[in-house]
Amino acid sequence: MTTNIDQRGYARPNVLVSTDWVAEHLNDPQIRVIESNEDPLLYTSGHIPGAVEVDWTRDLNDRLRRDYLDQAEFEALMSRLGITPEMTLVFYGDKNNWWATYAFWVFQLFGHRNARVMDGGRLKWEQEGRSMTREKPVYPPTAYKAQARNDEEARAFRDQVLNHIGTRQPLVDVRSPAEYSGERLHMPDYPNEGALRGGHIPGAVNVPWSRAVNPDDGTFKPADELRQIYEQEQGLSPDDDIIAYCRIGERSSHTWFVLKYLLGYDRVRNYDGSWTEWGNLVGVPIER
Amino acid sequence: MPEYPEKLNEMLADFAFVTDRSERAELLIDISEGFEPVPEPIATRPYPEERRVPACESEAYVWSEEQPDGTLKFYFAVENPQGVSAKAMAAILDQALSGAPVEQVAQVSPEIVLQIFGKDISMGKGQGLMGMVAAVQAAARRELAERS
Repeated sequence: MTTNIDQRGYARPNVLVSTDWVAEHLNDPQIRVIESNEDPLLYTSGHIPGAVEVDWTRDLNDRLRRDYLDQAEFEALMSRLGITPEMTLVFYGDKNNWWATYAFWVFQLFGHRNARVMDGGRLKWEQEGRSMTREKPVYPPTAYKAQARNDEEARAFRDQVLNHIGTRQPLVDVRSPAEYSGERLHMPDYPNEGALRGGHIPGAVNVPWSRAVNPDDGTFKPADELRQIYEQEQGLSPDDDIIAYCRIGERSSHTWFVLKYLLGYDRVRNYDGSWTEWGNLVGVPIER
Repeated sequence: MPEYPEKLNEMLADFAFVTDRSERAELLIDISEGFEPVPEPIATRPYPEERRVPACESEAYVWSEEQPDGTLKFYFAVENPQGVSAKAMAAILDQALSGAPVEQVAQVSPEIVLQIFGKDISMGKGQGLMGMVAAVQAAARRELAERS
C-alpha cells in the first residue's frame, strides 16, 4: 500500500504531486502538465486531458551536435507549449517516470524551478482508470525569457568525471548489473548499445535506477527505504559530491532526482555523456 | 539489393509518403491496435527467455511456426501494456512477413525500423525494435540452414 507523499519522509516532498492532485487541477490555467515518454507513440495514443508532450529526441536535443538545446531554443519550446516562467509544471510519463525526470532535469538547466513530477506516472494514472484523451491541446504562444543554460549545478562532463576518479569521490552507475559488469556488451546477437568497450567507470557503485520505485504502481519508495539502498547498502552520504551516469544520461536523471529532491543531497550531478561517451573514449580507465 | 516480400515493400512504400510526425504516429497506433498476442497453443506464460528480444524495453517475444506450404508464421508477445511501438512493429512484421518466402524474410534488414518509425527515433528505442526484426530474420535463416 502506497502512503501519502507527505508521510514518506522526503527532503523536498513538494517536488512530487499525486494523481489525485493532478486530477483536481486539470483546469487550472497556472499549471501545465507535460508528458515525456520512452515510447514515442504513447502520447498520441492517449494522454491526460490538457497535457502537452515533450519528446526528448525532437524537443530537447541540439539537432547537430551531441548536446541539449540552447536558451533561444528552450524559449521557443516554452512558447510553443504555452508555458510562462510563473507556471507550475507537472511532468509524468511511462517507465516509472524515467523520461519525465529526464525532461525535468533538462528544464532545471534553464532554471524553471517551479516543476513537479506526478508520483506513479502514466502507469498509476491508467491503473486508476482516470480520463485520457487523444485530443492534442493548443495553447496560445507565450513570451518566455529563460536563463542561459547553466550546466554547473546539475550536469557533469568527462573531465570532471576523470577528476572524480582521481579524488576518489562517489560515482553511481544506474544501469543493469549486466551492463555494469560489461557482460551485456559481449552477449552474442546483442546490439552493442553504442559503445566499443564494456564495463564501468572505476570506483562506481551499481544501483539500478528502478530500485527507487515500487514496480506495482510506479510510485517512489519512501525515504527510509531509499536511504537503506543508497546509504546503508552503498555507503553514500548526503554530504557527498556525487555523479550519476547510465548509457546516455536518461536513467541517471531519475537517480539524480531521487538523491537531490527526495533524499535532499545538495551536490548531485548527472553525467549525460555516460557510457556512450566513456565506453568510446580513448585511454580512459575502465573497470570490469 | 535484397529482394523483400511484396507486402513489406507495399507497407514501406506507404510509410515513405508520411512525412508528418503526428500522422506517422496515428498510422502506427492504428496498426498497433490490430496486434494479436501469441495464442495459447504456441506459447503460455511465463515465456521462455530464449524467445525474448534482446534490447527491447517493452519485453517482446518472438516465435515462428512452419506452415504446410513451407513458409513461416510469426507470433509475438509484448508484455509491457504501454509498449505501443513494439505492438505496432509486431503487427507489421506479422502482416508483412508471415507467409512470405523464407529466403526473402531472411534478407530483411533491421534498418526497416527507420523507414517505418522515422530517422529521429531514439537510439535505445530503435535498437529494441530492430531487435524484433533481427529475431524474425534469424528465425528465417535458421529455417533455411535446416533445409540445406
